[in-house]
Amino acid sequence: MTLLYTEVEEELRASVRGLLADRSGPDAVLRRAESAAPYDMDLWKTLSREIGVAGLLVPEEYGGAGASAREVAVVLEELGRAVAPVPFLTSSVLATAALLRVGEEDLIQELASGETTAALAVSLAASPYRPLPETVTVTDRGTLDGAVRAVAGADVADVLLVPVGRALYQVAAEHVQVDVAPSLDLTRPIATVTFSDTPGEAIGSLDVREVLSFGAGLLASEQLGVAEWCLEATLAYIKERHQFARPVGSFQAIKHRMADLWLDVVRARAAARNAADLLAAVPYGAAAVEAVEAGELAAAVAKSWCSEVAVRVAEESVQLHGGIGMTWEHPVHLYLKRAKSTEIAFGAPGAHRDALAVLADLPAPV
Amino acid sequence: MTKGTFVALDDKTIRERAAAFLAAGHDPGRRLEFLRARFDAGLAWVHFPEGLGGLGAPRELQNVVEQELARTPQLDTGVQAIGLGMAAPTILAFGTEEQRRRFLRPLWTGEEIWCQLFSEPGAGSDLATLGTRAVRDGDEWVVDGQKVWTSGAHHARWAILVARTDADVPKHRGLTYFVCDMHAPGVEVRPLRQITGEAEFNEVFLTGVRLGDDLRLGEVGDGWRVAQTTLMNERVAIGGAPVRRGGGMVGVVAETWRSRPELRTHDLHQRLLRLWVEAEVTRLAGARLREQLSAGQPGPEGSGMKLSFASLNQALSGLDVEMRGEEGLGYDDWTFRRSDSVDFFGRGPGYRYLRAKGNSIEGGTSEILRNIVAERVLGLPSEPRVDKDVPWKNLPR
Ligand SMILES: Cc1cc2nc3c(=O)[nH]c(=O)nc-3n(C[C@H](O)[C@H](O)[C@H](O)COP(=O)(O)OP(=O)(O)OC[C@H]3O[C@@H](n4cnc5c(N)ncnc54)[C@H](O)[C@@H]3O)c2cc1C
Repeated sequence: MTLLYTEVEEELRASVRGLLADRSGPDAVLRRAESAAPYDMDLWKTLSREIGVAGLLVPEEYGGAGASAREVAVVLEELGRAVAPVPFLTSSVLATAALLRVGEEDLIQELASGETTAALAVSLAASPYRPLPETVTVTDRGTLDGAVRAVAGADVADVLLVPVGRALYQVAAEHVQVDVAPSLDLTRPIATVTFSDTPGEAIGSLDVREVLSFGAGLLASEQLGVAEWCLEATLAYIKERHQFARPVGSFQAIKHRMADLWLDVVRARAAARNAADLLAAVPYGAAAVEAVEAGELAAAVAKSWCSEVAVRVAEESVQLHGGIGMTWEHPVHLYLKRAKSTEIAFGAPGAHRDALAVLADLPAPV
Repeated sequence: MTKGTFVALDDKTIRERAAAFLAAGHDPGRRLEFLRARFDAGLAWVHFPEGLGGLGAPRELQNVVEQELARTPQLDTGVQAIGLGMAAPTILAFGTEEQRRRFLRPLWTGEEIWCQLFSEPGAGSDLATLGTRAVRDGDEWVVDGQKVWTSGAHHARWAILVARTDADVPKHRGLTYFVCDMHAPGVEVRPLRQITGEAEFNEVFLTGVRLGDDLRLGEVGDGWRVAQTTLMNERVAIGGAPVRRGGGMVGVVAETWRSRPELRTHDLHQRLLRLWVEAEVTRLAGARLREQLSAGQPGPEGSGMKLSFASLNQALSGLDVEMRGEEGLGYDDWTFRRSDSVDFFGRGPGYRYLRAKGNSIEGGTSEILRNIVAERVLGLPSEPRVDKDVPWKNLPR
């Protein structure tokens, strides 16, 4: 185990970063966010075809790269740094992790290529520590009825994976209604997904909790990327911007805040790496209880810490940019919106800390 | 190992060396002999060169040695802290071969305790402004001045000392670094009672103290650069010690929490969980930093670890006192004593709370460390410097 990045991971990072720099700069992301199709599916196809990001988690025998949570985390860091509007988290991490646990073999091959995308039909705010609200039911005829709100990635999904109780259903997108309403995060819209007498196929049994915990642990890496971008952009700005005949970054009141943010980010990086590393160590299916618990604990630590750090750094970034930070044209708002909505995603920080009461044996008062 | 043979020093070889050392049958009952033998086997600090207690291995592999030799006589990292954490890496980096051979072995075994004569009444954060003078007299230097907050001076055989050797140049350029003989005539140590009631630190008066030139570390006038090495190592030593998950101060508080359900409230629970997370991410960041450092010297990033360690220790020890309610109103012992070192784990919660206040002052205050992070890590411009080109003797004091 290592908390550093391997050479292979650094190469992967460089390819993703290079492609995003060419194709998905802040201006492009902003323009797209204002359009009717916030997701950049051309970029997604290129990322999948040229770098193979869609199939990272998928074993080689199913056409994937057979990589692990560690590599996925590196891609998420880069996507976070660019607030890139692609369905990697929703399709290649969450939906794929669900299919791997179920032991599905066909759809996963399609997802691995990136040609097809899927979304797990759960609220982005769903917590790994609470049962999912039972808003979808199976009719006597075996079809699905009901609705799930705040689903991310549904608007670009070809397939929806719907947990009903412990069963996972696969539903073709053309049979469901997807309503996107304005979302706080412009670059990752959420939608209400409605099923009415919708045909679906039960593909196996799934403990969604595990998938959500896995997603939460890896989302920390995306948050790290968001925080890193904000820190760097702010640093560059306060070195350049002069007031009172000095760069504003030479004032101690500002320097000390930057030092504290840096320290928060340094610790976020260690926490996110640790989560990725320990989640990578847990194979799908039967695994040693200690390994699963170590992964869950690391995920809870990383998600609670990185959520707050990303929000703090993004908020400070807006503040330290002064007036320009409040404008629509400056990209920092895209990061703040991503930071704030991922804070809620897969369990708010407090939910993860509460979970530590059990995982770290720090029981609540009776 | 003969010269010229190359053995890759990895986990496995270090483990084998430790096993071979144990198999050689040194008697753990004879502590000093055992420690000396361990030094001679290169298992003192594996990243030091051969012959000086090490094997020239990556720093990280020291953990392997510590695991293997965990059940044998251990160093007293309390009284030895300044020697191990600050003096040794500086001597290694700047000492002559003779100085390294003379000082490192008894330093490591604890036969000789070290202290640090840096701070002065007029020079704390602005250490480079210090006024203790060293004047050359043939092969010797004559030192006069006063130091303060000197931890462990009452135990020390040797000290690392920074003194002014040229008052006519700007403050950073006129300093020279020495090893001070604490037994030399003219060295007087007076206890300074502190917030906890005990005296861990001292005032040290230096009056006509004569030090041979062979006790100079580094070039004349290069003392600031040498001191930088000491300070960077100090910050890593204070903030960067490896701990296990849930260990250190958070472990102490968590233990109280687990064993005393009657003390639990919801507010304390939320705060404890927050601090537990912070302790864990700080631990991981320290581990990551050590991985990065496993070869090289500590850089300014170490200041970050010391910063977070200080604020965590303070928050946790404060929570501990508060959590205990009535018991938190008491104190274990106010008797004035000359303590050996910081005793976070042997003393009561009140002591821990008060002693932790020093964590954000000793070894550079948290304000100074934030300046270092901002300027040296993040590359932000420095404050306007009014004293940069002024000879030290003309500085307002
Ligand atoms: C427990 C303990 C053990 C110690 N052991 C030793 C030892 O063994 N040997 C030794 O030599 N010294 C030792 N010290 C001294 C320590 O290194 C100094 O106390 C420390 O460097 C601060 O200096 P000062 O006390 O003079 O405070 P000052 O420098 O006077 O600082 C006063 C306040 O002003 C702030 N301040 C100063 N400059 C700035 C700035 N530029 N920007 C913002 N804020 C600033 C400080 O952060 C602090 O809050 C020890 C101190 C303690 C508390």
